[in-house]
Amino acid sequence: MYTQGLDTHGKEPLPTAAEGEARAARFQGRIDAEEKIEPKDWMPEAYRQTLIRQISQHAHSEIVGMLPEGNWITRAPTLKRKAVLIAKVQDEGGHGMYLYSAAETLGIPRAQMLEQLLSGAAKYSSIFNYPTLTWADIGAIGWLVDGAAIMNQIPLCRCSYGPYARAMVRICKEESFHQRQGFEIMLTLSQGSHAQRAMAQDALNRWWWPSLMMFGPSDADSMHTGQSMRWKIKRFSNDELRQRFIDVTVPQAHFLGLTIPDDELHWDEATQHYRAGPIDWSEFYAVLKGNGPCNRERLEARRRAHEAGRWVREAAAAHAQRSQREPAPQAAGVGGVAGAAA
Amino acid sequence: MTEADWPLFEVFIRSRSGLEHKHVGSLHAADARMAIEHARDVYTRRQEGVSMWVVRSADIIASDPEEADSLFEPARDKVYRHPTFYAIPDEVKNL
Repeated sequence: MYTQGLDTHGKEPLPTAAEGEARAARFQGRIDAEEKIEPKDWMPEAYRQTLIRQISQHAHSEIVGMLPEGNWITRAPTLKRKAVLIAKVQDEGGHGMYLYSAAETLGIPRAQMLEQLLSGAAKYSSIFNYPTLTWADIGAIGWLVDGAAIMNQIPLCRCSYGPYARAMVRICKEESFHQRQGFEIMLTLSQGSHAQRAMAQDALNRWWWPSLMMFGPSDADSMHTGQSMRWKIKRFSNDELRQRFIDVTVPQAHFLGLTIPDDELHWDEATQHYRAGPIDWSEFYAVLKGNGPCNRERLEARRRAHEAGRWVREAAAAHAQRSQREPAPQAAGVGGVAGAAA
Repeated sequence: MTEADWPLFEVFIRSRSGLEHKHVGSLHAADARMAIEHARDVYTRRQEGVSMWVVRSADIIASDPEEADSLFEPARDKVYRHPTFYAIPDEVKNL
């Protein structure tokens, strides 16, 4: 059930060491048997904390991710593109909501997650700290950023934690439109005037490397990979997923007639993979630490939105309280629930 | 009630008539009506439903997974409740 209210964790007597070990072994046994873990099931505290960290960061990424794209809603080149972009940004908000719900089942209140985001304590995907300078960036984001996200997220549909896996199934279904609309923007630009082709190439130049960094540090430096794989939160390593993304994306760039900004990129006949040049991880860590081009601006925008919306939330709460005191004649018109079992 | 106290609601959606309502997730709302409106925006952006229920999560009574073994134990040794328990000769038809 999707509620922290039913979560009894914390009230239970602490297991003795022997009991704890037996439980942990039983838990790992369930994971190994591909059973899903559900919110009220016993789980090791570290499993719970890992999921809270990952799911809330994922939710924050969706919410902050609305900003770079929202930047172009008023300047979309046609009414169709504007409608599509609004729908996409709304989807990102929805994805954030699914994920906050899933994280809440682990016992963390939503208000606390929001607080972590707004205070700057929580991380979100480094990609959203880059600016969207031209319309082509909206194409590049859909094609590359959502493409990389899909590559990351499809294995998460089989994650061992039920609510996260279910949220990811829903999200992946919706992401496919995001990627395709982005590619279509790039396609249109790449078949356009010289200036439009140049704009598409410029967007690819700026988004390519940050997109590769979205998969996280290389396996050798990844702090969380090993345990997450044993718990089946993660199914593939960062480098595996990154390679897969490169392999599918390079031919798409060729189709567009665009050049991947990597002099060392080449096809390796022996392994049947594209080999990319080294990633500048100092840039990744700088952005992660808060020194990307837009870190401060993004958080400022979130804080402003949160403050600007405060009176609406307060008014809604006051209205709900008054309705409780003086119920309207047909309040809560959810009729038909009774007797509708099955 | 402050905004932090907006209660949690569980959302159930009937995807088309003839099918049952199915749990899809949860959301926060100040009251039932807002919960329905939020549920529409969060869970039915692609015509996923023709009807929705929302119920306060706190009003749901759930079984305890730790007790699942004993709770469901009575059904475990009653295989005779399934049609395949009964051996019927092949030549007997329509049974």
